[in-house]
Amino acid sequence: MITREDVRKVAALARLELSDGEVERMTIELGGILDHIATLSELKTDHISPTSQVLDLSNVLRDDMMCPSLPVEAVLANAPDRDDQSFRVRAVLE
Amino acid sequence: MSEPVPSSLPALTMHAAADLLTRRQISSVELTTAVLDRVARVDDQVHAFITVLADRALYQAEEADRRLVQGTGGPLTGIPLALKDVLCLAGERTTAASRILEHFVPPYSATVVEKLAEAGAVFVGKTNLDEFAMGSSTEHSAFFPTRNPWDLDRVPGGSSGGSAAAVAADMALGSLGSDTGGSIRQPAALCGVVGLKPSYGRVSRYGLLAFASSLDQIGPFTKDVTDAALLLQAIAGVDPRDSTTSPVKVPDYRAALTGEIRGLRLGIPAEYFTQGMQLGMDEIVREAIRVLESRGAELVEVSLPSTKYALATYYIIAPAEASANLARYDGIKYGYSAGAPSMWENYNRSRGGGFGTEVKRRIMLGTYALSEGYADAFYRQAQKARTVIKHEFDQVFRQCDALVAPVSPIVAFRLGELLDDPYQMYLCDVCTLPANIAGITGLSVPCGMLNQLPVGLQVLAPAFAEETVLRIGHAFERSGHFRPGKPNL
Repeated sequence: MITREDVRKVAALARLELSDGEVERMTIELGGILDHIATLSELKTDHISPTSQVLDLSNVLRDDMMCPSLPVEAVLANAPDRDDQSFRVRAVLE
Repeated sequence: MSEPVPSSLPALTMHAAADLLTRRQISSVELTTAVLDRVARVDDQVHAFITVLADRALYQAEEADRRLVQGTGGPLTGIPLALKDVLCLAGERTTAASRILEHFVPPYSATVVEKLAEAGAVFVGKTNLDEFAMGSSTEHSAFFPTRNPWDLDRVPGGSSGGSAAAVAADMALGSLGSDTGGSIRQPAALCGVVGLKPSYGRVSRYGLLAFASSLDQIGPFTKDVTDAALLLQAIAGVDPRDSTTSPVKVPDYRAALTGEIRGLRLGIPAEYFTQGMQLGMDEIVREAIRVLESRGAELVEVSLPSTKYALATYYIIAPAEASANLARYDGIKYGYSAGAPSMWENYNRSRGGGFGTEVKRRIMLGTYALSEGYADAFYRQAQKARTVIKHEFDQVFRQCDALVAPVSPIVAFRLGELLDDPYQMYLCDVCTLPANIAGITGLSVPCGMLNQLPVGLQVLAPAFAEETVLRIGHAFERSGHFRPGKPNL
């Protein structure tokens, strides 16, 4: 029900490099899991509305106030690559 | 004349230690030193900790002792606790047991960590887990598996296996974990300790490394129910930094522990007793339920027919949310970077090289379930199933005050036993994940032993009825029907 090509396509969407061995294994494992999960189609849900979260809360807002944010140095301390006050990234457009 | 100080300080409950600390019969430095000695002695067998914070813990203990001398301490002041390594502690490595965050040092602390620190708690260390909390055995840690203190050849459960094992092995008096589909209750059951999943919205997740945001909840592991009430009290409530925290008033949880359960109606959900249970499990759990009946609770047979769809619902919704949440690990802002020459290459290789097998599997599953052409059949259908499952809980809680059921269909299994079959591993959560789908609260309390391994009783109650599950769990403890022993280490 799921092919190697499907796995490669989904991996590309997820920005996940998989080795050939991983693609092979993932094809079998995901296929098995999806077979089990497909039982969900038995459930009649024609007039049921979807639930994305269970709290009776919506549009939780706060006052727009000035407050200190994290120091730039503390945030950049974890950056794999930086340039002074910025994260350094590869060129997006070549 | 003062009472004798117990010979084994690390074996104390939090509330017993707090009594000794406030009466100055022991100091937090003594208690913390004893706990750190215990860690040094047994953790090379159990492997509960990714990081031990010995220096920091002793410094915090000294601070706590000053507060205790001044008489400004509270029930958690000077108490050594452990934190699952998905909870940010400013300035200390926080890894999610993943290569991708192996060297990540958060610049801020989680709200729950701040609250515990303000209460004067001492942090012994950061505990092991299945990478990004995805798993039921702690074998999916990128670093090493944690062992069950009751049998070192067996798993402690997961994903919060390190937090459960640390408490079971007296390497912390209590700990925090997170529960997305059973990750507190299942390891608590397998390690013979108390574990509480609070209702969705009860505890702030600010500073928790997110897995599935509509399901994740932080909660305590403790040696008894009284301690669970104390630890929940310290972390519950609204947080302006987490807009999903509920304004529902936080009650006095310890006051709920009256020992009185007469007239409470306990529902026994038929579906929780039939799904591939290990031989002997049924009898132990039903015997525990009869004990509650003998204490005055009324038993009602109930049915939650859509339980059979919960696993599929969960394994669509949780991976879908995870695939979105884990998109932030891009090798740019923090974490492992492959250093590839182009932007897309760098994303692909940093993520491909930084995430472990189970995390990749879930990202793939979630991305598939959300992808064009499949989103309606999978994700949308799962969200509708979620409505059905939640509605059934609402209905059943009109017939009873709480549900009583097994936590896990099986006791602690051997390392490697389920590792090659992801679906069998997912089945470990079959009795726990419905509560996350519905957002209700659930407690696991030790109720017996099967083949010399701990068994947990699960108590489920409506959202924000933590008092109910705590009261029932406490009444069970007080019955004296089962007294959990200690593992031999």
